[in-house]
Amino acid sequence: MEPGGPLMANFLQQVVSGLATGGIYGSLALALVLIYRATRVINFAQGEMGMFATFIALWLIESGWPYWGAFFATLAIAFVGGVVVERVVIRPVERAPAVTVVIITIGLLIGLNGAAFWIWGGETRAFPSAFSTRAIHVGGVAFSIQDLGVIGVSLAAVGLLYVFFRFTKLGLGLRAAALNPEASRLVGVRVGWMLALGWGFASVLGALSGMMVAPLVFLDPNMMRAVLLYALAAAILGGLDSPIGAVVGGLVLGVGLNLISTYVDFIGDQLKLPVAFAVILAVLLVKPTGLFGRTTVRRV
Amino acid sequence: MPPLLQLEDVHARYGPTTALRGISLTVGEGESVAVLGANGAGKTTTLRAISGTVKRSGRIEFAGQSLGRRGPESVSRLGIAHVPEGRGTFGELTVRENLRLGAYTQRGAAFKADYVRVLNLFPWMADREGQQAGTLSGGEQQMLALGRALMQRPRLLLLDEPSLGLAPSIVGEIFRRVKVLNAEEGLSVLIVEQNAVVALDTAARAYVLEVGRVVVTGSSEELRRNESVRRSYLGY
Repeated sequence: MEPGGPLMANFLQQVVSGLATGGIYGSLALALVLIYRATRVINFAQGEMGMFATFIALWLIESGWPYWGAFFATLAIAFVGGVVVERVVIRPVERAPAVTVVIITIGLLIGLNGAAFWIWGGETRAFPSAFSTRAIHVGGVAFSIQDLGVIGVSLAAVGLLYVFFRFTKLGLGLRAAALNPEASRLVGVRVGWMLALGWGFASVLGALSGMMVAPLVFLDPNMMRAVLLYALAAAILGGLDSPIGAVVGGLVLGVGLNLISTYVDFIGDQLKLPVAFAVILAVLLVKPTGLFGRTTVRRV
Repeated sequence: MPPLLQLEDVHARYGPTTALRGISLTVGEGESVAVLGANGAGKTTTLRAISGTVKRSGRIEFAGQSLGRRGPESVSRLGIAHVPEGRGTFGELTVRENLRLGAYTQRGAAFKADYVRVLNLFPWMADREGQQAGTLSGGEQQMLALGRALMQRPRLLLLDEPSLGLAPSIVGEIFRRVKVLNAEEGLSVLIVEQNAVVALDTAARAYVLEVGRVVVTGSSEELRRNESVRRSYLGY
């Protein structure tokens, strides 16, 4: 079979479309990992924060904003929102046990979900896409422009964050605060604000994944439930501690699930979620720290 | 002229446990002072009270400013570099990033000059800039911590048990460095140390703590001649 044959073409299309959903899972997974690294807590409200931001984006677009204007304004609003949530809701329980903080994030999940229902109602709405749904043909393979656009946006966001964390002083301060808060304070890093900024960046990633997934699944207050589960799976697969792991985990999950549901008849769309978790369970049995996680040694 | 650092009747506690029961001490500009004592005497807590990493009461003044209500982020900005217990190494970050963090509150231009200066002091760091600090040996990590503290451009250096877990030759090397920094650059130093022999060699003056109080103080010479100090801390 030549590379352009119909089977191969279908396979490549499924891979690219898997990379697109994987980029969405990866963005949200990265948001979870950013907060987990800094506070050892999983923010279960991460998805709902993204959903809420997506509603704001839709509201801006319906008020006449151009798509990209609304897109970037939403990211800015999400950043401020994330910082405010940390300062107002999380800060007071900073020293509380992790379980307390987790329960607060679950409360936040329920609260944001309820607020979205109250403000915008429960019916599903169409969310515009920045990208054409047409396809471009490369050597007999048809790639959806939408998929390529989503992949591009996800990779750009991850790349920008990488450069920021790796090469700027503020990024270094954020990493230091997560790794060793006390020593960070001693060199003058304002650790409390670093945590708040971390929530801001995580919130931006959540908003990004919300706006990318909304054109595919329609927008409603429960839109991010499944995405959050996939993102959680991706983050655990990559090893909760590893930002690269979260992105790779998202992409692997996106592509893997897409291929399985395409080629294994009885699984289809309905059984994707259980299969995802079966795979992750298997990985964790073999490598408990995930694909990129480090073995942590706890000081007693 | 008042001393650079002055503690008067400083108390501190961890929850229900009292750690400091009224400590008074001074460090003059350009002076090098040691705090000696057994485990649990309050040596580490004394440094933590100064840098603001433990809640404290009483009077603490540094260069005319009261430290009493300041947290560590603010104390470090006044020019106090605290190398904490366990050296405060950022193990997952590189050698260069650890030093960069020392200069966190400095301007970018200051970083370059200070960085060159630290690499001149510790030439081995130049070849291992990109190495993860957690993979350095204990002695190297202690030197890195010293380098990081110097990047803070401190007026006062607080060192918590620099000898802990290190081979005697490396301990000697580190204390020699501190002595040179004090003598040649006029850096004021307050060292907490269990190893009284080496501490008294480095510092001009010392305080001996027992259960949260100063029990003896004097010049290093005097303390070496003091019968009970000799028996309890110097072992001869």
